[in-house]
Amino acid sequence: MLGHLLNSEKSVFYHLGRFVGWHTKIFSKPENWRMYYKEIIRQMYDIGIGSLTIVTIISIFIGAVTAIQFSYQLSDSFLPDFYIGYVVRDMMIIELAVTFTSLVLAGKVGSNMAAEIGGMRQKEHIDAMELMGVNTSAYVVMPKILAGLIVIPMLVSVSAIVGIGGGYFASVWGGIISEADYIKGLRSFFIPWNVVMMYVKAIVFAYIITSVSCYQGYFVKGGSIELGQASTRAVVYSDILILIADFIIAIILTS
Amino acid sequence: MIRVEGLQKSFGEVEVLKGIDFTFETGKNNLIIGKSGAGKTVLLKNLVGLFAPTKGEIYYNDLKFSSLDRKQIQELRMQMGMLFQGNALFDSMTVEENIRFPLDMFSTKTMKEKQDRVNYCLERVSLEGSNHKYPSEISGGMQKRVGIARAIVLNPKYLFCDEPNSGLDPKTAITIDELISDITKEFNITTVINTHDMNSVMEIGENICLLEKGKLAWQGSNQEVLSNGNDILHDFIFASPFLKRLKDQAISKQ
Repeated sequence: MLGHLLNSEKSVFYHLGRFVGWHTKIFSKPENWRMYYKEIIRQMYDIGIGSLTIVTIISIFIGAVTAIQFSYQLSDSFLPDFYIGYVVRDMMIIELAVTFTSLVLAGKVGSNMAAEIGGMRQKEHIDAMELMGVNTSAYVVMPKILAGLIVIPMLVSVSAIVGIGGGYFASVWGGIISEADYIKGLRSFFIPWNVVMMYVKAIVFAYIITSVSCYQGYFVKGGSIELGQASTRAVVYSDILILIADFIIAIILTS
Repeated sequence: MIRVEGLQKSFGEVEVLKGIDFTFETGKNNLIIGKSGAGKTVLLKNLVGLFAPTKGEIYYNDLKFSSLDRKQIQELRMQMGMLFQGNALFDSMTVEENIRFPLDMFSTKTMKEKQDRVNYCLERVSLEGSNHKYPSEISGGMQKRVGIARAIVLNPKYLFCDEPNSGLDPKTAITIDELISDITKEFNITTVINTHDMNSVMEIGENICLLEKGKLAWQGSNQEVLSNGNDILHDFIFASPFLKRLKDQAISKQ
């Protein structure tokens, strides 16, 4: 019974064990650093430049909506207007930029990684590389994880800045508060630790998105239906794990 | 030389290979033939190490595959080249980049030396000037030749071909067979070809392994096919009425 529980491909313990064990292969010494470097740069470009537009658009609206909704909540209170700038800044830095960006990237980058690697598996590209003597777990997966760890925190930074800008446009251009008040809010009660928290989350979420998605793609079996399912699982599992990690990190880093 | 001893492979309850003993000889075209589901691909994947045998041993010359560590397996694999059924060419790379990939990964040669080697391999498979084309821009036969060029770029000792003629017209299939056979002789490689193609069997089958339901049903050369009375072999090789008539005519002339 216990053996079946641990060895069945339907068991979460089976996947957890395989996922953890797989890391020794992913982070083993590269055969050729130059080839890995080229692959990391390619992945950084794909993840970073490829996702910049969607991250920017989403962040503008998140910042704008946060500003408008907070001003609505403020309308019956005695809190000063400049609090809008303060709240938009902290909401973007602590939570919205990193979580929204990561959830969006899980959909865009994660599904893409799972489909790309799964496609390589189905077209026998991975077998071909293995036969050449390439450690495919390392060559195919490690550059994606490292590129994600570098680029996703950058995208989160962009998201935070653009989101704060979105709040500015909505509240200042929308005539809710003055520019001076918004700027005053941005400069008030700043806690540098919040930025550290944002980057800790960004790195953890980046790792979740890339490793979970690559795992789903690398071990795919079957045809196009299974590949589609793997791609969907990559997004769903990444999203759930991001939210769980968000909760845990929030408890640890704010206690 | 590759020697297989008592090779068994099961997937759960299903036993696909049921104790195969066979020797794939150096400098010869070794063919694995058999009906669909006989276990040909599973045998080939065991030979190249993509599957681990459930029981039995595989020896590369005197190297026992199961006793090799990860580094030794990697070194052995660098002596292998494989032509996949679907070619397994990397779509995002040009023909030249595909062939150069193993060199880029493992060789310390200069770019000029790598380029010379790539050009030599392209010339060897008669694809000079196709360096900058993408796999999607060339025909199926050309893709096979690119696959062969990539397989031989590291001067392998062992060449594996999984259904090299699938999806090709008869004339192109003959060209591919001849190319594989020429390369085998020229570089004295141990070549293992997994095929359904009867023309390949009769033309280049120097050492044939016929599988039937996971067991070795017959072994011999193309010279022995007609004279041998093995029913399984004849049912397989001369499956169509047309080929049966040809066989009967050939035998009656003898």
